[in-house]
Amino acid sequence: MRRISLTAGVAATAAAIGPAPVLAAGALDGPVTKQATNVTAIVMFIAFVLATLALTWWAARRTRSAADFYTAGGGITGFQNGLAIAGDYMSAASFLGIVALVYSSGYDGLIYSVGVLAGWPIILFLIAEPLRNLGRFSFVDVLSHRLTERPIRLFAACSSLTVVAFYLIAQMVGAGQLIQLLFGLDYLYAVVLVGVLMILYVTFGGMLATTWVQITKAVLLLCGATFMAVSVLAAFGFSLDALFARAIAIKGSTRIMMPGNFVKDPLQTISLGLALMFGTAGLPHIMMRFFTVADQQAARKSVFVATGFIGYFYILTFIIGFGAIVMIAGNDSYLLRDASGAVTGLRGGGNMAAIHLAHAIGGDLFLGFISAVAFATILAVVSGLTLSGATTVSYDLYSRLVRKGQADEVAEMRVSRIATITLGVLAVGLGILFEKQNIAFMVGLAFAIAASANFPVLILAMFWRGLTTRGAVAGGTAGLVTAVGLTILGPGIWVKVLGFAQPVFAWDTPALISMPVAFAVIGLVSRFDRSVDRAAEDDVFEEQFIRSQIGIGVSSAQSH
Amino acid sequence: MDEALRKKILANPKYQRLISHRTGLARRLSAAMIVVYYGYILAVALLPQQMGAPVFEGGVTSLGFPAGVGVIVIAVLLTGVYVFQANRRFDPLIREIVEEAR
Repeated sequence: MRRISLTAGVAATAAAIGPAPVLAAGALDGPVTKQATNVTAIVMFIAFVLATLALTWWAARRTRSAADFYTAGGGITGFQNGLAIAGDYMSAASFLGIVALVYSSGYDGLIYSVGVLAGWPIILFLIAEPLRNLGRFSFVDVLSHRLTERPIRLFAACSSLTVVAFYLIAQMVGAGQLIQLLFGLDYLYAVVLVGVLMILYVTFGGMLATTWVQITKAVLLLCGATFMAVSVLAAFGFSLDALFARAIAIKGSTRIMMPGNFVKDPLQTISLGLALMFGTAGLPHIMMRFFTVADQQAARKSVFVATGFIGYFYILTFIIGFGAIVMIAGNDSYLLRDASGAVTGLRGGGNMAAIHLAHAIGGDLFLGFISAVAFATILAVVSGLTLSGATTVSYDLYSRLVRKGQADEVAEMRVSRIATITLGVLAVGLGILFEKQNIAFMVGLAFAIAASANFPVLILAMFWRGLTTRGAVAGGTAGLVTAVGLTILGPGIWVKVLGFAQPVFAWDTPALISMPVAFAVIGLVSRFDRSVDRAAEDDVFEEQFIRSQIGIGVSSAQSH
Repeated sequence: MDEALRKKILANPKYQRLISHRTGLARRLSAAMIVVYYGYILAVALLPQQMGAPVFEGGVTSLGFPAGVGVIVIAVLLTGVYVFQANRRFDPLIREIVEEAR
């Protein structure tokens, strides 16, 4: 029991922290066995790949300018963008991982789902519209609006690339392991395949292809999950109480209906909540989606649509998890038993709960469908991450810093494509390098950095007139260093990677400390900043504030 | 944006109204979300027994289930309230302010 709860705890932290991959990575801490090659799944997956390549071909003919590449020319509607954002959140790991969590510990799965969702309303109320009104291609535009461009872009580009790198490595490793699990494909081939496909999507199709791949997958996943949840409920005459009662009978305890081990320490839970809530608002690949819509009205609508779909999806995963408890139990084709006949786990590892349930519901055909959707999900998420990293390199660093805004469009496009390929190759290489490493800390770290470095600088740049460039760079750096430092000293790296017995810092998530550090340093340095900085002048702030509120003078992402 | 235009917009009572209404709404809704979410977290952390108790006499569905689903539904509803208000009240104001600034 102790062993199980530990593994589940890692998965839970991961689930809580990340829309996904840690979860995948965390839940995959257990034994991973390569599955027999799954033919139906591979046929379905090939169909998906062909469809997305056709989509990329279509998108490539419409991706001519830098604006097209970065933001799909601003031509995505609010509803489409909402689906794409939801797709970024409904990753393979959040699907498989939360179902696995509910399967093993019942109610606790819901606590993490709630945490992941709670940040979205805040993003809408505070950030979404000013972000759209002030930025053009990346959130760094918003910062450089009144802060001195060179230092702030350099800082933001560094912290963004750090966030993207950790997130991407975690995704690649999770992807390799999952695909090995689902398709019986070698880890190496799986990672290379993901890398090649994502490079194709992003290099040729830019944001347009990346968005539509994400939308396609979001719709498939929502349909598949709905079908599973409805099938489970139908088996119990659409009575949740009957479903729960049967699950309790199988588990032999009402503990699965009760909050359990993961929330023993309220302070740590709050720290996790902060990282989730405000980290989401500081993730470059999420923020870039706000520049793909035409105006603040569409930005607003997309958050509403995204919140609705994400919430709906998480309620489904809870039902699916209980469905797994009920429908997998007692079927020896899904379970592992020890010599005495006691159930010791699931075939293929804990993450397979949703996959086994798919088989129990719809046989090989539906199993193939769900496996293919899980793979598609990984592809869509890594594509978005790669595009976000490439934008940072070609737009923030090359075009704005090196060429000082004078880059010609053809050269900039070339740089963005080279950056995409480089990032893709790096991601594959690091994915292979980290295969056997414990990378459960990575998504958590990405969220902690986003919450402690990007978010404080962004929100104060929008709303605090006293902010100076030095304050922003110093405070953002302090947040970054604190988040990274405490994570290294924490259980995720100090104990699990470096092998020390006790962590120096006891928490998995440092946000409750690193966020206040960032805000305090930004405030103090700005207050005592004696340099001449136009950022803090009243009329400069007023002008930016007016624009952030009513969108006057907003640069349309439309290129023509 | 030149200084004259900035002054003109700042002096427009509609702009002042937009800012105070929108800031007020955003603050109230954010506060509501934070109270609901952290209230829920504290409840599951500090009162696990109560959250695990059945909602109905004779049933097994625990109080925690409607509570968790409730937080998700409230999150969606709050975003809905904001979007509805923004579309109905703020957008017309914004259009007028931009129009009058020309």
